[in-house]
Parts: sequence; C-alpha cells; structure tokens
Amino acid sequence: MSGNDVLQIVIYFTVLVLLAKPLGIFMARVYEGQPVFLGRVLGPFERLFYRLCGIQPEEEMGWKQYALAVLLFSLSGMFAVYALQRFQGALFLNPQKFPAVTPGLSFNTAVSFATNTNWQNYGGESTLSYLTQMAGLAVQNFVSAAAGMAVLVALIRGFKRHAANTIGNFWVDMTRGVLYILLPLSVLYSFLLVSQGVVQSFDKYKTVALTQAVTYETPKLDALGNPVKDAKGNPVMMESEVRQQQIPLGPAASQVAIKQLGTNGGGFFNTNSAHPLEDPTPFSNFLECLAILLIPAALCLTFGEMVGDRRQGWALLITMMLVLAPLTVLGTWSEQGGNPHFASMGIDQAAGALQPGGNMEGKEVRNGIVSSTVWATWTTAASNGSVNSMHDSYTPLGGMIPLVLIQLGEVIFGGVGSGLYGMLIFAILTVFIAGLMVGRTPEYLGKKIEIFEMKMAAFMVLIVNALIKIGTALGVSTKAGLAGISNPGPHGFSEVLYAFSSFADNNGSAFAGLNGNSLFYNTIGGMIMFIGRFWVIIPVLAIAGSLAKKKHVPAGLGTLPTHTPLFVVFLIGVIVVVGALTFMPSLALGPIAEMFTH
Amino acid sequence: MGRKKERSKSKSKKSLFESRIIRRALWDSVKKLNPVYQIKNPVMFVVEAGSVLTTALFLHSVITGRGEASPGFIFQIAVWLWITVLFANFAESMAEGRGKAQADALRKTRQEVMAKRMTKPQRDTPRDSNVTQVPSSQLKKGDVVLVEAGDIIPMDGEVVEGVASVNESAITGESAPVIRESGGDRSAVTGGTMVLSDWLVVRITSNPGETFLDRMISMVEGAKRQKTPNEIALDILLAGLTIIFLLVTATLLPFSIFSVKAAGHGSPVTMTVLVSLLVCLIPTTIGGLLSAIGIAGMDRMIQANVIAMSGRAVEAAGDVDVLLLDKTGTITLGDRQATMFIPAPGVDAHVLADAAQLSSLADETPEGRSIVVLAKEKYSLRERDIHALGAHFVEFSAQTRMSGVNMDGREIRKGASDAVEKYIQKEGGTFPQEVRHIVDDIARQGATPLVVAEGKKVLGVIRLNDIVKGGIKERFAEMRQMGIKTIMITGDNPLTAAAVAAEAGVDDFLAQATPETKLKLIREHQAGGRLVAMTGDGTNDAPALAQADVAVAMNTGTQAAKEAGNLVDLDSNPTKLIEIVEIGKQLLMTRGTLTTFSIANDVAKYFAILPAAFISIYPALGALNIMHLATPQSAVLSAVIFNALIIIFLIPLALRGVKYKPLGAQVVLRNNALIYGVGGLAVPFLGIKLIDMLITALHIV
Repeated sequence: MSGNDVLQIVIYFTVLVLLAKPLGIFMARVYEGQPVFLGRVLGPFERLFYRLCGIQPEEEMGWKQYALAVLLFSLSGMFAVYALQRFQGALFLNPQKFPAVTPGLSFNTAVSFATNTNWQNYGGESTLSYLTQMAGLAVQNFVSAAAGMAVLVALIRGFKRHAANTIGNFWVDMTRGVLYILLPLSVLYSFLLVSQGVVQSFDKYKTVALTQAVTYETPKLDALGNPVKDAKGNPVMMESEVRQQQIPLGPAASQVAIKQLGTNGGGFFNTNSAHPLEDPTPFSNFLECLAILLIPAALCLTFGEMVGDRRQGWALLITMMLVLAPLTVLGTWSEQGGNPHFASMGIDQAAGALQPGGNMEGKEVRNGIVSSTVWATWTTAASNGSVNSMHDSYTPLGGMIPLVLIQLGEVIFGGVGSGLYGMLIFAILTVFIAGLMVGRTPEYLGKKIEIFEMKMAAFMVLIVNALIKIGTALGVSTKAGLAGISNPGPHGFSEVLYAFSSFADNNGSAFAGLNGNSLFYNTIGGMIMFIGRFWVIIPVLAIAGSLAKKKHVPAGLGTLPTHTPLFVVFLIGVIVVVGALTFMPSLALGPIAEMFTH
Repeated sequence: MGRKKERSKSKSKKSLFESRIIRRALWDSVKKLNPVYQIKNPVMFVVEAGSVLTTALFLHSVITGRGEASPGFIFQIAVWLWITVLFANFAESMAEGRGKAQADALRKTRQEVMAKRMTKPQRDTPRDSNVTQVPSSQLKKGDVVLVEAGDIIPMDGEVVEGVASVNESAITGESAPVIRESGGDRSAVTGGTMVLSDWLVVRITSNPGETFLDRMISMVEGAKRQKTPNEIALDILLAGLTIIFLLVTATLLPFSIFSVKAAGHGSPVTMTVLVSLLVCLIPTTIGGLLSAIGIAGMDRMIQANVIAMSGRAVEAAGDVDVLLLDKTGTITLGDRQATMFIPAPGVDAHVLADAAQLSSLADETPEGRSIVVLAKEKYSLRERDIHALGAHFVEFSAQTRMSGVNMDGREIRKGASDAVEKYIQKEGGTFPQEVRHIVDDIARQGATPLVVAEGKKVLGVIRLNDIVKGGIKERFAEMRQMGIKTIMITGDNPLTAAAVAAEAGVDDFLAQATPETKLKLIREHQAGGRLVAMTGDGTNDAPALAQADVAVAMNTGTQAAKEAGNLVDLDSNPTKLIEIVEIGKQLLMTRGTLTTFSIANDVAKYFAILPAAFISIYPALGALNIMHLATPQSAVLSAVIFNALIIIFLIPLALRGVKYKPLGAQVVLRNNALIYGVGGLAVPFLGIKLIDMLITALHIV
C-alpha cells in the first residue's frame, strides 16, 4: 500500500467523523420533538400530515402497539411494491413498455425493499418502469430507513425513561425521520450528484452511435434457435458488429441519494454504483461512499445525546471505528497486492507511474483500488449493499472481509437505526458478562439487564444465525440452490454463504457470481429477509418496552462504566469472538480454503 | 473476644475437600447421569446426548466393522464425553457435599422429643399446671409447652413465662449459653436447642416441618434450591449459545458434503468429529460449573454462619448500594464509657466523682461500671461495698429516667439532663445555666452527657463516650471503594449522631431513628433505584427488615425479626453484613469470569478441530493447524480431553469463588478480563498442545 492509499482512507474516516457530530445532535433534537431549524419551513407540512392521517402526535404507544404499527406499515409497503411491479405494464411512466415482473421476483424485490435489504435480483434498467422505481422502490428507500431509525429511537427511549409504559409514537417518529432528516439530506445530495453528472430524467432511453464499432463472434442459430454445427460438430460462428449503444436514463440521482443515505443499496441500474451514470466522478464516488456511513455513524452520537451522556455515544462509535478501520486497511492491502493468478499470466499489477496497480478485475478504472475497497468494506459494514465494484472478483481475503462484516451481524455501523439497535443488543450482552465480572448483577445505562432482556437478546443473535446457516445448507444441498452457483470449488460455497448472510442481515450486497433470480432464491431469500428484519425488530421493541418500565439505578463506584476504553475493548472482543465462533467453520470451507489454496 | 475464640474451637470447620464428601460426590455424580436430571441443564444435556450418540457410533463400528472412523478413536471420544458429563456432575455434588454433611448433623438435632404440653396454663404458677406428655411432632401452632432444665425445646416458639439459659450450639455452633426470657427482644427460642437451667413456658409458633431448623436443613442441603434470577438469565445466554453452536455444527455436514463435491476429493466430516466439535464449542465449562457456583455461594454463607432463606438474597447482597447499620453494636462497641467528670460551678471535682461513683456502685450496666472505674482511676476513689454503706439503690425506671442511691439522708441521682432538670425543679432547686452549656458541648462532640445531682443541687456532668470499634473506619473506606454507601442508624440526637458518624467515617446517618423513619429512609433509597441492606433484631425492626432488599436478622432477635429477614446471622454479629456483601459479589464474579473463560477457550479449540475436520477436503487448511498437532485424530481427541479436564481443574475455583478485592469496578474488570479473558484465550492453546504431545507419545491414537 502506498502513502496515497493511506491518505485516502484517512480522509474518508476524518470527514465522516466531522460530519457525524452535528448531524447526530440534530437528529436527537428531531426525535425529542425539539424545535429544529427546518421546523419553520416543514412544521406546517408535519402538522398537516398528522391532521390528514388522523394521527394524535401526543398519544404514545406501548411496545406491542409500536411493533404492530411497524409491522403493519412495512407489510402494506411490501404489498404496494409487489402490486406496482405486477401491474407496471398497465400503468404510466413506463416509456420502455416493460411488462409485469414475474411473481417470484416481485415478491423478492418487495420484501427486499420493505426490509431495507435491497437485494437486487432485478436489473433496474431492464425490468422496472420509472413508476415502479419511484413510487415503489424510492418510497421504500425512505420509509424502510425511517422505520429502522424509529425502532432505534424507541429503544433509546427505553433506556432513557423509567417506570414508563410507552416508548413513543411510531407515526410521529416515522414522519419526523423522513421529513426532517432523510428528505432534506436527500435533496441536498441529489443536487450534488446531478452536478457530477448523475442522470435525472424521465426521457426514453437514448440510442447513440458508437465512436468505435465493436465486433464479436456469436454462434449461428437455425430457425429453431439451436446452434448450427459444421461437419466436425463445432458450432458455426458468425461475426456481429455493434455500431450503436442504448443509454438507459431515468430519475436516478434522486434515488441514488436516498439509496446511499438510507443504507438501502438497491441501485437504479443493474450494476449499481459501478454504472457510470450512477457514480460518474471521483467526487460523486466520495459523496456516495460517505453517505453510506453518515447516518449510522451520526446515530451513535444521537444515542449519546438522547440518553444524556455523550460519552456513551462516542464509545459505541469508536467501537465501530476500531473494527472497521483495520478491516478497511486489510482489504485495501489485499486488493492492492494483486491477484496471484493474474501474476502467473504475466499481467503487471504493480503500482507505477501509469497505473495504480492491484487486483483490478471487477473494479472500475475511474475508481481504482482504494475507492473500491473502502466502498466494499463500508457498504457491508453498514447494511447498505450498494456496490461500485464486484466483490466476487476480489482476492479471497479482500472478498472475505465484506462477508465477515456482514456476518458480524451488521452491527459495525449497520443499517440506519438497525445497526445501532443491533450494537446496543451486543452492548447488553457484553454488559451482562462484564457486569458479572465486577460483582454486580449487570446494568446498562442504569437499567438492570435481567431474564427478559437476555431472552430477547439471545433470541435475536440466534435467529439471524439460524437463518444464515439453514439457508446456506439449503443452498448447497438442494438442486434448485446448486443451480444458481456459477463458480466451482470453495468460491461457489462463498457465493451462497454470502447471499444468505446478506439476506438474513438485511445487507443486500452480493457476490455477483450467484444467479439469484430463480424461484428458489427469490422465495427463500425473500422469506429470510423478512424474518431477519422483523424477528429482530420485535424483540428489540420488547426490550425497549421492558427497559422503559424499569427503575433507573444510579451509577456508583461499583457500577461498570460503559464509556471507557476498557469497555470498548471488551465489547469489540464479544462482537468479534461471537462472530468468529459462529462463522469460522463455514468461512474455513469458503474464503479461508480459497486463501490458502493458491 | 474470649467467646469468639471458643466458638471457632467448638465448631469444626469442614474442609472443602474432605474425603467423605468426595466419596459421596463421586457416587452422586453417577446418579446424576439420569437424563431426567440432566435436562435441567441444557448445556450438559447436549453433552450427554453426544455421549450416547458416539457410544452408539462406536458399537455400530464394532458390530458392522464399517464405522465412519476407527473404533478405537470413536471409543475414546465417547469415553471422554461421558467423563465430561461426570465431571460436571461431580462439581455440583462437591458443592452440595458440605451442605449435605451439615444437614445430616442438623437432622440429628431434630430428634423426636417428648414435650410437656400444658393444658391450662396457670397464670401465676405455671410450673404447677397440668402437663401432658406428647411427641413433638404432634405439637401445633399455638400450643403452650413447659421446658425445664435438661429438656430440648420441642419446636420454635415465643417465651411466655420464665427466664432460662439455653444452649443453642446445635444451630449456631456457639457453645456459650444464651439467656431467653419472656417479653422484649430475647423471647424467641428455636426447636432443637436445650434449656440448661431454670424453666420456660413457650408458645409454639410454627407447625411441624416448618420450623427454623427444617428451613435451615432444606437451605443448607440445597434440596429446594431454586435458580436465582441472574442464574436463569445466564442460563438463557448459555442455552442460546448452545443452540447456535448446534446449528453451526449441524450445518457443517451439508457444507462439507458440498465441499467434497466441489473439491473432487476428501470425505465429509464424520459424526464423531461433529459431536466433538459441538461439545468443545458449547460452554461446557461454565455450563458444568454454574449450579456448583450457586450452591457454593450459599455454602460460603453457611460457613460464615449466615443462613440464607433464599438464593436470591445472596445474589442481591452483591448488588447492595446502601447499607443501613445500627450504631450501637455495629459501629460502636455496644456500651458507652465514662471518660470525664465535669463539675458544675462551685463544685469540687472530687465531690462530683464521689457522688457519681456512689450512685453507680450498684449499677451493673457497663456504663455504670465505667463510671466507678473512672472515679477510681482519676480520683483514686476506691470501690465501696454498697451493702456495707447501708445504701439503697434506686433503679433506673422508664418514668423517672434516672437512677441513683439513697443513703444517710443523701439522695444522689444521675440521668439525662432533661430528666434531672425536671427532678431538680420538683425538688425546688434551679438547674444552672452553665451546666446546660456543658451538656450541649458534650452532646455536640458526639458524647452523651449524664447529669449528677444531689438533693436539689446539680453537682456536674459525666461525659459518656461512644467507643467506635477498631478497624471499622477502614471497613467503611473499603465499602466506599466498592461503591456502597453506609448510613448509620441511631436513636441519638443529631449532634451526637453527626460526631459519631464523622469519627466512624460513615457516609450519612439517620438520627433519632424510629421504626417509621427507618422504613421511610429505606423506601426513599429504593425509589431512587438503590438496593438497601440492613440488620435488625427487634420486633420494631421487622417492618424495615421486610422492606429492605437484603435483611439480616440476628439469631438472638425476636421471631418477628427472623421472619422478616431473608438472611439470619447465627452469630448475631451486625458487622457480618459487610462479609455478606462480599460473598454476594464473589458469587456473581465467579459466574462472570468463568463464562468469559469458557467462551474464550473456544477460539483455540477451533484451531485444533477445524483443520482436522476439513484437511481431507482442502489440504491447504492445514495452515490453520498453528499448534502443529500430530494427526487429525489426536487433534480432535486432545481438544475433547482438554475440554473435560478444564472442568475438574476449575472446580476449586468454582467452589471457593473468585477472590474479591474492594477496588473500583473499572480495576476489577480489567484484572478479571486479563486473567480470565486473555488467559482463557491462551491456556487452551497450551493445554491442547501438551495433551496432544502426551497422547502421541503414548500412541493412543
């Protein structure tokens, strides 16, 4: 790795922290219902919306009611996206006249977007109408992100309140999250992206003449569509020449903004941000990459602000940083080191005056190594899942890092809201063990961690693990599952493992080698995404409800402090050891085996 | 002090590892293999299921000759898995052992005795009433019995009549007799103890099978031991981990089948190896020792001569935030001592000392004794025989709140200043303003003023000082380190209380305490989320005891106090509360550290078993064999053996508990994380390697 590589990584992290602080404090004000500077402009809209929907903003909900609201809201969103896809052929804003999407794929995509996973089995520019993209996917990009943040805020209130029966009003949290946080940020981002050349248009796809014709060979087909064979039995090839190129258009910039900010990741185009019209310049790449972690990082500080002890928020943010930063460096180092197979083919991968070197397979030349690996680690650390390079083509170690980050449970930043509530559950587990070690029954932020919390926390860790394991087992042992694997050997195993990890942890990125658009992956994947999202949200809200009811135990000298470097180290230990213990065997059969087999 | 020494002599302390206890534990651990028993502990149940499975695989391989691995290998794995279960059972049985031995001893004292039931107790001459002999088991609550010298008290009760000395060593281990009398705070008697002199009329207060002794036996034995809340929470975590690891290992079968196809060679991982991996991964160390830790915690209480009425109380003791301590007996020596005579203006100090001594000659209270001694030491006034002087001693009474002496027409009185003032006024004298100042000064300094008067003249003031126990200040400093707030409870006025509190180094005090203010104080702290501990013995302590989270009743206390407390201190030593808190903390710490150790151990086991399991599929995974274990089979076996042996090695720690030092939470966590976390990572690498070298050298596999 060169000094330039290191410098780039340092810039990414520094800007992230600098922006996270003000945003975190701003978001705390939004969720605490305090006046914010946008309130004067947007306040009337907020109140009008409540009146139209018959929402009583002062009326608070118990955890069960809150959970029911989240669930109903997400389900209705899911049905809406499904219906839009099935009927898009008959609806407007469909200049390419795309027909209805198949039921399996529609189901998968609907679940995928309502759960903030945004797994892409569809190709945006070749399957979906502008209406589906905007009214379906983009809307879910906003609300699924806001739902995750609402659940987090409810959990924070659980810590904050004592002897309370309610944890807030979901409709208010949802509305304020979208109106004051996601919308303004997205608008700002859209303009910045358009300035960089990200397309924003309702026009039909443009056909342009290529400056240089491309020729290639295809097998000659007979009338029935079978290849014609010559006397020796070899297929007869014929030369094709391409002189024109079709350029897909659409309202991409507005959608890319929220896709990055809301840890959604479902691209407007099939190749996601590797597509030049989604991510055209180094600056747009920097902005998009930054957006992945912006809200998750800021939410840590929102948490500290809301519980009245900023140090608690910083401790969690530092915990996340300390896991992510070394992995980012390690991944970059591995990719910069190049691919040994290419080296044996005599391809020069050394950094020089003319090229930055490294393993460039599956990476965009305009991004280079660092911008690709930082994106790859960040997008999997956060449950974003958007890509600007193809993880499938990474070196074994470089490809294992995104996989490991997903399998750590999407708690290193994770999805907006969902990442931090996952992290808080890990903090609860850590406090349970560490708290006992200091000779007290465990407490976190003044709340005793007791049987109910442990039940829910254990259930959460268990459910996500079970989904990944059982899903992968089905993938590698059923005919339908095996059909999707395109690579032989351990790499094929990695593809399946990656896919199910991505489903269960609601990440949405993929080892692209797997063909996921089949009945098997669409339905099983859809189900796993659904369970992975809501069977975690429900226990989280249950914990929130239970914590809110408890009395607050004032901290004393005998209380385990949870903002110290020692606690941070212990928390990292728990996350890494639990992650390593649960995934080491399967990783051994995938990327680890690959890594040692040169 | 003398009594204390005697007690430790009379009470034979049972060692943790007495051979009789070990023999009994060995047999018990085999009995506990019963799956009905094992299912209560999910972690060890999985190990037992694994043992059965591998045993079946071994039999299958012997019978068919086509086992998945060599029969010798499967056999050894099966044997070690059974041993793992046995070790865990053994740990629990060892923990129960000492309690069981103690319960046996207690049972002997619960012998059937013939009780003298009184049909119609006579009011004035109870000993002459009609008595019928009935076996103690037929006594009911409310029956009245007569117990005479040499009799064993048949059941728990309240003394209605009489005073007697009672030997309670069967319960307390304390051989010196105690006085039991009707009324007041010494009226409770316990079944199974013996009356040494005189007689008592006792009203039975419990039904057969519900006596203090019965409860004590069941607590000591752990027969009705219920899991405590924190233990259940930890159990849930362990069960969750167990299920996760079950999934991890179960899915390795399809994963490895796929990998064999993908690699084109090798063989899928065998059931034997999968079971071994599973057992090594699930937290067997803490799972096997968890109940032993809980029982041992209760047992440590018993060794400290404290009977916990529930395991919950022991656990809560570790969480205590606020300690309410009675001043008298806990913080100060029970008795105040005279330290100075301050004469009233115009009175000679000798006159005052003489009068004070005369009034105290017949006063057998320690305060009275100390006045006599002070007069002798300071003014060389020799003790005189009160009878020879022909004096008449006036006893302290609740009405006059004074005591004194009448002789040769002199009337000497001593008492609290307001009482003496009233007396003087009645006699027609005046209470000098100067004396009032002296009294206030003394009170402000935390001492108790006692005014001496003769006739209608005030002679002066005796200053009585509370003597703070040696070393108590250091104990309170430790408490502060532990994050525990100490509050002194006293009936004294605020001035006196403040001075004693400052001298003893307590954080706060409650002066002029009444049962109501005590209760209010406890409720206030609890409302603030704090856990409150207190000790008490009197009936008027009962409401506060019932309200406190950790309530230690003195064994010498009343039945009401003992009912209200959740811990009973057989030594009736109020300072015991501090020890109780430490035992509670130790219990929780032992759980936490062993859990950390258990989970940290897994990392090394992966490096042993994973390369061994997959090496036939991907030979390159041999790179993970960083311990350079000899063969795949020796690697798996070594990990399993290590996993079993570590339980045995940790039994002493589980039973004795992790040492607790009163340091801040941060320091304690750092120390324990280093020892049990980092140590837990490193130790198995070493252990597994050593075992592997050994079994390779012995050519076992």
